[in-house]
Amino acid sequence: MIQRSLTLFGGLFVLILLVGWVMGLPFTSSRLVEAAAYALIALGLNIQWGYGGLFNFGIMGFLMVGGAAVTFISFPVNPAFWAGEGPAMLGKALLAFAVGALIVLAARKSDRIGISGKWKTALTVIAWFVGYCLYRSQIDPAAAYIESAAGGGWVGGLGGHPVLGWIFGGILAAGIAYIVGKICLGLRTDYLAIATIGISEIIRALIKNMDWLTRGTLTVSPIPWPTPLPQAFQADGMDGYSALLSARAGYLLLAIIVLALVMWLISRAYAGPWGRMMRAIRDNHIAATSMGKNVTARQLEIFVFGSVLMGIGGAMLVSFVQIFDPSSYQPINHTFLIWVMVIVGGAGNNWGALFGAILLWLIWVISEPLSKAVFDFVSSWSTQFGWGAIPEIEARSAQMRVFVLGLVITIALRFAPRGLIPEVVKREG
Amino acid sequence: MTELVFFTNQVIISGLVLGCIYALGAIGITLIFGILRFAHFAHSELMTGGAFVAFLLASAFAAWGIVTPIPTGFVVLPIAMVLAAILALGIDKGFYAPLRKRGAKPVTLLIASIGVTLMIQGLIRLFFGAGSYSFFENEPKEVFRFDLASIGSTRPLVITEPQILMILVTFVSVLALHFFLTRSRLGKAMRAMADNADLAQVSGINTALVVRVTWIIAGALGCMAGTMLALDVTLKPDLAFNIILPIFAAAIVGGLGQAYGAIAGGLLIGFAETLAVFNWTMVLRPLNAILPDWMQLPPTLALVPTEYKLTVAFVILVVTLLVRPTGIFKGASS
Repeated sequence: MIQRSLTLFGGLFVLILLVGWVMGLPFTSSRLVEAAAYALIALGLNIQWGYGGLFNFGIMGFLMVGGAAVTFISFPVNPAFWAGEGPAMLGKALLAFAVGALIVLAARKSDRIGISGKWKTALTVIAWFVGYCLYRSQIDPAAAYIESAAGGGWVGGLGGHPVLGWIFGGILAAGIAYIVGKICLGLRTDYLAIATIGISEIIRALIKNMDWLTRGTLTVSPIPWPTPLPQAFQADGMDGYSALLSARAGYLLLAIIVLALVMWLISRAYAGPWGRMMRAIRDNHIAATSMGKNVTARQLEIFVFGSVLMGIGGAMLVSFVQIFDPSSYQPINHTFLIWVMVIVGGAGNNWGALFGAILLWLIWVISEPLSKAVFDFVSSWSTQFGWGAIPEIEARSAQMRVFVLGLVITIALRFAPRGLIPEVVKREG
Repeated sequence: MTELVFFTNQVIISGLVLGCIYALGAIGITLIFGILRFAHFAHSELMTGGAFVAFLLASAFAAWGIVTPIPTGFVVLPIAMVLAAILALGIDKGFYAPLRKRGAKPVTLLIASIGVTLMIQGLIRLFFGAGSYSFFENEPKEVFRFDLASIGSTRPLVITEPQILMILVTFVSVLALHFFLTRSRLGKAMRAMADNADLAQVSGINTALVVRVTWIIAGALGCMAGTMLALDVTLKPDLAFNIILPIFAAAIVGGLGQAYGAIAGGLLIGFAETLAVFNWTMVLRPLNAILPDWMQLPPTLALVPTEYKLTVAFVILVVTLLVRPTGIFKGASS
């Protein structure tokens, strides 16, 4: 088993060297930073799916939350917003939200004063409606004002350190995961998958359209780095190429430190009594319940833990590319890709998830230039035969990576359903 | 009366059209869930793929100079449906049957169906690029405007030819499906297998045949839904991928495994989406005359802003899953 893992990681290392040799160091270095962030996200999914057997298909939503959080914390302060009436109006909207929430809560508790059955249902629906109208009546003018020139265009950031933003991304993702988990975790697997996709689409729609908070499709850039930017190295008298590489090396180092820390923590958790209990719940939750484990609470716990890593990973990605663009988030790139990483790597095994994340990210990014090369070759061949060249090679090869991803997952399910580095099942006693 | 006609144009017609498309897609999903017990995500690609097959056939008809009285998309629909059914059977043989034979869990099949989604989507984009196509490049899209001045409306009632045909075709196919499920031997066998697969098998039902028929129906209806959607708007590679979740919502709201539930759910989601973004001021404007000044209606009075239209389906989905996970009609919950 260990020999197999070492061989696979050795092969991966050779692949990275090969990519570095063919595509150049600037390309490879930035892909490696992204791979580290994706590895963090894949570990989050591995906690949820591999440890706990929870079917989270809403990864995209958590990545967006992390991205929005780091944008909010680390982007420079927008003085025009704070000088205007925006903060006061937002405060009123928040108050309206709180009042609305209180009305709904009161309606939910109305059986205390003798209203029950159908009347309570009707009252709850009305309370939701009233609360919604109340909130809309305050937030709509506030949003319109902030988006106007007088309000400063949008809320802006807080000017904090990006690492604080990553932590905040994790916390925010945890909060949302708690609500989602409370709502959805009672559902069986396929329903849970569909419900989480639905919620991630709701999150996407909100972040994309709340222009006052996130600037929506106008995008936010440049988001600061936690480590020195290439420009800082250039100011020190380095040439452009080595400044770029040094800056990326710094970011990569930070990402690897975070990754190693997380890896160490979750491996300890997996090996400990907590991990054993989680596997017991995953494999047979009825038996686990009968042993006195609180299955619902434990599953909620694991859902929140996994989502924290997704939030941090999403924040790291946004910090790195320096732009937060809500319309660039797609279920294929940000949910399905991560599922393929975990399943191909080996669900339930942290090294497997790590391996799968790096391998799949490399496959994902090199399948475009690779298929372009293949198309160019076929095209020159068909031109020789007089059949003419393949039209629009650039656009077509960009679409090939989706096909390659589908092919990889199909092959993996057929021939290695437990992944390349499968979970080790220990038999104790 | 103008307000009523406006309401008909904006809500009844577009809600019905959207509801028909959702219903046709949801029938396939719900049948597959009932028989094979897994959520088939690749259904969106059956729809898009079917629409592209129909588009190719329509282009071929146009190239051969065949002129038809109704839009070519509808003329080629039966051929496209047969081809899509064959495609669906092929996908099952190639991807799902081997996994089922190994005794894989429904979750594995679900992930496999996502793999199939990605592969078909990749292939469609490879051949057709990322642009959009229209069925009405060579022929006009006929729009009927009924002048309703006689009943006091200043606006005409607007409906396009494909929309009328779409509603008719949906109605006919739903009726045909109903008779198939209730009257034919095979249809009864399908319902029996959806109820209890083991019991159906020991009572001598040919389950392999039932599975094949399920894929044929799902593929054919998926192709029909996809083509109709493409006829109503435009054809693009992510045509159905974007609406697969509302379709799932329709299937779940109706109760997974219930064919009639899928129809009801589809119409419900379709109308809910159009009603939620409908601007009520347009209908209630006459009230402004009798309301006091401080209660005048604002220029837009919609339940949710237009950009959240698709979100409505997800909210309904999540609420249904919470309040009544088995759907309106009691669905399978195994």
